[in-house]
Amino acid sequence: MKSAYSPIFRLIAGRLALGILSLVIVSLVIFLAVSMLPGDFATATLGRSATPETVAAFRERLGLDLPWYLRYFAWLGHAIAGDFGQSFSGRPVGQIIGPRLLNTLYLAALTALVAVPLAVGLGIVAALYRNRLPDRMLSAASLASISVPDFFFAYVLMLLLAINLGLFPTLASIRPSMGWDDKLYRMALPVLTLTLVILAHMMRNTRAAIISIMSRPFIEMAKLKGESPFSIVVHHALPNAIGPIASVVAINLAYLVAGVVVIEVVFVYPGIGQTMVDAVRNRDIPVIQACALIFSVTYILLNMIADIVSIVSNPRLLHAR
Amino acid sequence: MMKVEDAKVEAGPDIFSVEDLRIEAQIGGRWAEIVKGISFQLKRGEVLGLVGESGAGKSTIGLAALGNVKQGCRIAGGRVSFRGQDLFASPENIRRKLRGTRIAYVAQSAAASFNPAKRLMDQVTEAAVKRGGQSKAEAKRNACRLFRALQLPDPEIFGDRYPHQVSGGQLQRAMAAMALICEPDLIVFDEPTTALDVTTQVEVLMAVRNAIETFGVAAIYITHDLAIVAQMADRIAVLRYGEIVEQGPTNQILENPRHSYTRSLWAVREILTEPSQKTRTLLRVDRVSAFYGLLQVLDDVSLEIGRAETVALVGESGSGKSTLGRLIAGLKEPESGSVTFDGVSCPPSVSTRSKELLRRIQIIYQSADTALNPRHTVRKIIGRPLSFYHGATGENREARIGELLKLVELDPAFADRLPGQLSGGQRQRVAIARALAANPELIVCDEITSALDQIVQADILKMLVSLQEKLGISYLFITHDIATVKAIANHVVVMHRGQIVEQGPKADVLSPPHPEYTQLLLSSVPEMTSGWLDKVISDRRKLAAA
Repeated sequence: MKSAYSPIFRLIAGRLALGILSLVIVSLVIFLAVSMLPGDFATATLGRSATPETVAAFRERLGLDLPWYLRYFAWLGHAIAGDFGQSFSGRPVGQIIGPRLLNTLYLAALTALVAVPLAVGLGIVAALYRNRLPDRMLSAASLASISVPDFFFAYVLMLLLAINLGLFPTLASIRPSMGWDDKLYRMALPVLTLTLVILAHMMRNTRAAIISIMSRPFIEMAKLKGESPFSIVVHHALPNAIGPIASVVAINLAYLVAGVVVIEVVFVYPGIGQTMVDAVRNRDIPVIQACALIFSVTYILLNMIADIVSIVSNPRLLHAR
Repeated sequence: MMKVEDAKVEAGPDIFSVEDLRIEAQIGGRWAEIVKGISFQLKRGEVLGLVGESGAGKSTIGLAALGNVKQGCRIAGGRVSFRGQDLFASPENIRRKLRGTRIAYVAQSAAASFNPAKRLMDQVTEAAVKRGGQSKAEAKRNACRLFRALQLPDPEIFGDRYPHQVSGGQLQRAMAAMALICEPDLIVFDEPTTALDVTTQVEVLMAVRNAIETFGVAAIYITHDLAIVAQMADRIAVLRYGEIVEQGPTNQILENPRHSYTRSLWAVREILTEPSQKTRTLLRVDRVSAFYGLLQVLDDVSLEIGRAETVALVGESGSGKSTLGRLIAGLKEPESGSVTFDGVSCPPSVSTRSKELLRRIQIIYQSADTALNPRHTVRKIIGRPLSFYHGATGENREARIGELLKLVELDPAFADRLPGQLSGGQRQRVAIARALAANPELIVCDEITSALDQIVQADILKMLVSLQEKLGISYLFITHDIATVKAIANHVVVMHRGQIVEQGPKADVLSPPHPEYTQLLLSSVPEMTSGWLDKVISDRRKLAAA
């Protein structure tokens, strides 16, 4: 039996290896790009009046005088072990990023919980009523939402739901000490905004993936077997559309982790995006690198999972001839 | 003279009838009638064969029997009644309950009609469990029983497989099982064996015939092949342009057709080429072997093609015949062995062959739909090889395009059309004109008439023969159709599993004694007599018993 499954193990192992390779390349790019940022932490911290000797001594203390490749390997080695080093401000990077990252993941998970089922569900509805009223309405709405920038949504929702109706607080400044219900209540607006932002993309892709399957002969056959339109879409088309749907979901989930800076700023949400912006402002290179690395890991990991899901959802690959 | 075929059919009321059925399709924004007042009746256990070219409306009528019309079509008049119930007057949910349970459908390509993401058992039993009132266990038992009756391997575990894990012939039988699971009153077979090899086709035909007899269902059997319908049907209706040209008992239609159109349906069986004199060798393939990965597809293959000669290469799909064609054209490199053209050894790949050699060997593919760029006009398609090989430009090129179109019996005005605006036969003619544009000496024809109707096929074969006389071209004609071989070959090469089983002049290969595989291949080709399948079945039983 093992030999029958080995092709799929090879495929998955291949994907994993590719994922790791991309991570190494990306980490190198991040490291070099950040090194090339204009400005210098030492001069920025010590001020213009510092003597060259003081600057040199400070650089030596932080290890900034070593060749770039030595610094790269040292950084990568520690990062793999979970140690992102000291931030230039003196605190360990892990301590700065850790709680913020958790907040971001929390927001992302909540949004995903709402948005993914909703998007797939609406995509199915749109496919089911293709070119009829529900589909046209969904398609118009999703076009509109794709064309509107995310911060605009944030402010409109804030105005309508928080200020005019007073349903939710305008700011989502959560603290670790709050209970989960209080957190949920404060996070409602950012979750809603992010849902609106990513919903359209996932919904349209779900619809397209299902519709492309709907023209296949086995769908006609299902119809001639007496299957209802709903059963045709859900039981016959959807299982064949898992791969493309998984990949669009992965892209959007990655965006939830790495691309929500604007929303975090608008709602004053203490997430990792804000942390990175602050770090860039302060030229705090270890923090920037750590954030960028986390973002890349998220993208690569999620896409790898999507790839594996689409391999596993394809019986042609899962069950050898 | 006319045998009463209906004798085995129970006398009794019709269980299914079509009266003056009219169906319209939207063509270029206007409604045009594609089924023009069709009427026929079926009693329990009776099999009606619907024959005609593609576009005759066969499949449209078959779908209408399930109370279904394709997208872009509508019922314009008439009745389709199943046990007295007017299907199109009933609401969709009533029709849905009948489909798959009382009226079942067997599609042309089982490979495409099974859901690749679901196990066979789930698909076969789906209608029975959801609408046929059978429990899951009961439906599974019935399915296993049918798998056994249809002679599928390992009937107990056959259903656990996914569609890609079984062969095309097995899938087609699984689809017959899916149709039979609720013991329906009527089954529509829409070209169920067209996509199969001849040797596989016989097995499926036997299985289907047995099933029809065992379960006593009525059936509509749609095909373009009169020889097949002769084996399956009690009565035949010949369709053309959406009308029934002729309808009657099978024997009468075969032996004494009243309409000349019916006769023309077996036109391809009536062209015959003269046996050729030995000509000077143009191409020699010497002890060639080839692999795809680890899979050997050609094993020590040698053949010769003479000037102005047609060599037919026959075999089932997967026998390596297309690979051999591609190898000659330089599209596949051999592992060992050599190809010599006009006395000069050919480099193995197109990238290393001279332009002159490329010009002299052309290839035409089975599906002109995919071989012609849909966004290029016919002028561009034919003009490109003219410029590439002969540097033709301007008026010169234009004149040559006109000549080539006339050569393939198309109006020169077709130069402005896109492939999408041509019929299947016309597209294949354009593909032939493109090959001719190079002034080749050898054309590899890879199943070029397999996707075409009998009549169109006959016209194109005739044209190829006359082009050969005019231009002295040699053909390597790859086909799985013995009728085509009989029609145009001078020399026949039989391939099986990458090896050449037999080769020689047509008369020698097609007459006994045969090697075992050639015998199997030839005996599998349906003949126009109605008792042929019975004879094959009993012959093979005897053989198996011996």
